[in-house]
Amino acid sequence: MSTEYVPESKVGKWFNDRLPLLSLAAHLKDYPTPKNLNYWWTFGGILTFCLLTQIITGIVLAMHYVAHADLAFGSVEHIMRNVNYGWLIRYIHSNGASMFFLAVYIHIFRSLFYGSYKAPREIIWITGLIIYLLMMATAFMGYVLPWGQMSFWGATVITNLFSAIPLVGESITTWLWGAYSVDNPTLNRFFSLHYLLPFLILGLVILHIWALHVPGNNNPVGIDIKKPSKDTVPFHPYITIKDIFALLMFMIIFSGFVFFAPNILGHSDNYIPANPMVTPAHIVPEWYLLPFYAILRAVPDKLGGVILMFSAIFILLILPWLDTSKVRSSVFRPIYRQFFWVLIVDVLMLGYLGAMPAEGIYLVLSRIGTTYYFLHFLVILPVVGHLEKTDPIPLSISEPVMTGSANTALARKNENI
Amino acid sequence: MDKSEKKTNRRDFLFTASYTVGAVGLGAAIWPFVDQMNPDKSVQALATTEVDISNIEPGKSITVLWRGKPVFLKRRTPDEIAEARAVKLQELKDPQKDEERVKEGKDEWLVMLGVCTHLGCVPLADKGDYNGWFCPCHGSHYDVSGRIRKGPAPVNMEIPKYEFVDSKTIKIG
Repeated sequence: MSTEYVPESKVGKWFNDRLPLLSLAAHLKDYPTPKNLNYWWTFGGILTFCLLTQIITGIVLAMHYVAHADLAFGSVEHIMRNVNYGWLIRYIHSNGASMFFLAVYIHIFRSLFYGSYKAPREIIWITGLIIYLLMMATAFMGYVLPWGQMSFWGATVITNLFSAIPLVGESITTWLWGAYSVDNPTLNRFFSLHYLLPFLILGLVILHIWALHVPGNNNPVGIDIKKPSKDTVPFHPYITIKDIFALLMFMIIFSGFVFFAPNILGHSDNYIPANPMVTPAHIVPEWYLLPFYAILRAVPDKLGGVILMFSAIFILLILPWLDTSKVRSSVFRPIYRQFFWVLIVDVLMLGYLGAMPAEGIYLVLSRIGTTYYFLHFLVILPVVGHLEKTDPIPLSISEPVMTGSANTALARKNENI
Repeated sequence: MDKSEKKTNRRDFLFTASYTVGAVGLGAAIWPFVDQMNPDKSVQALATTEVDISNIEPGKSITVLWRGKPVFLKRRTPDEIAEARAVKLQELKDPQKDEERVKEGKDEWLVMLGVCTHLGCVPLADKGDYNGWFCPCHGSHYDVSGRIRKGPAPVNMEIPKYEFVDSKTIKIG
């Protein structure tokens, strides 16, 4: 393995003895990967691509953008109209945020389906959630920068969430604003932090991958495997080529948005300059925050709504300990598998409701959806883990394929994922 | 045994003392970096606004910007004042008499922050179930005195500090 790696050239050996970068490269190249990984496992690579795309386009945009309340809106229009390829770079950046979240949600639900968050992978899961939290903070602050109506009022509503905290709430919001309302100091600091956070995310991604490389990848069957063995393949070229193919497919969708519907995921009100005197009739956050927005509005109490919204995210941190089942993959969990799909429907429904006005039937459904969301994690997961009779698990990845008739059913099941 | 215990106690004291001094120093060093985010002197300097109210007809209202936030100045009709005062306090989520929300002898002038106490949107005038204001963001209804009646907002719309400089001018802040 990589620890025994010795560079062939003398110079390489000299360098590697002093800084073992070549050993690291060899480790990444040979990293034994389960041979049955399906396409749901390609989103890690896609997410890395998304992060780098956002950083590169973001650095370019910062060369032309002005973080001042009087100039920000105009400078974004300047990027769109005057800067060479400015429209392209901005559309890649704004749609890139949506693509990033699309990929991260698929990545998270893949983990939920195949039990990738369970021992010994809890730290991978937790670092991933911190990345997700930082992504939301970064995306929110980035959305404020064009200083349109949605920017301004989105910032007002979200920062006001903190005013729900008893006693110190008002002081905290004033501190966040640097003024008595969302204003130029707010815009200025959001720009500073929006530039900083992606690099923190990058650092956490390195920890995330490091933590992954300790136990190695989970896989669709969810069993522990010997590494390296006939159940594994080297990362390069087997996984790299698969990741690149998936990435190309993903980039076709990405390009579809950028070139044919660049504003479809945004809100037209954000092309109106920020006006602190008028609130738009319907304030909606970006689509990727809608389920949490629906939870916030489902509660008729200010503090209660805020607490429940944050709990909806933070409950995921203790997920590895809420799920009592020893079996990782849903392929062998007939009951949990059904609840998994109900959860997907529930989250999609909450997302839809978050975009609708908070009244009538929408409000009732939001409350049902919110209740079910918490029920899933706090009651269904622990109970199903105890009561469920799981299907027999193969001894190795190769077993269902290589051995006789007894296991063909498992093999077929594996094909159907 | 006794000897070592004594030594440990002396060490403990030194450690604790060092940690304490270190913690105080660290806190003092961090504080400027926290406090720089609070409103600066130029923001604080804009803390008052004077408004000419001589052109406002009864029943009409104007909106002015004070500290970056809209302030509603409404000249209420006698009917509206009567309506606001007829409300029983038990019916209110945040009980407050209309008299407490205006200056004595200037009952027709309602001066309040046009900011929904839920999440900070600007409510729309003459809308909602109580003939007052309605916040379009999350559906809070306020009455003609700006008191919360229905919806997620926890308290009444805030009355800023203000005074009548003369019969035509109000100074907010």
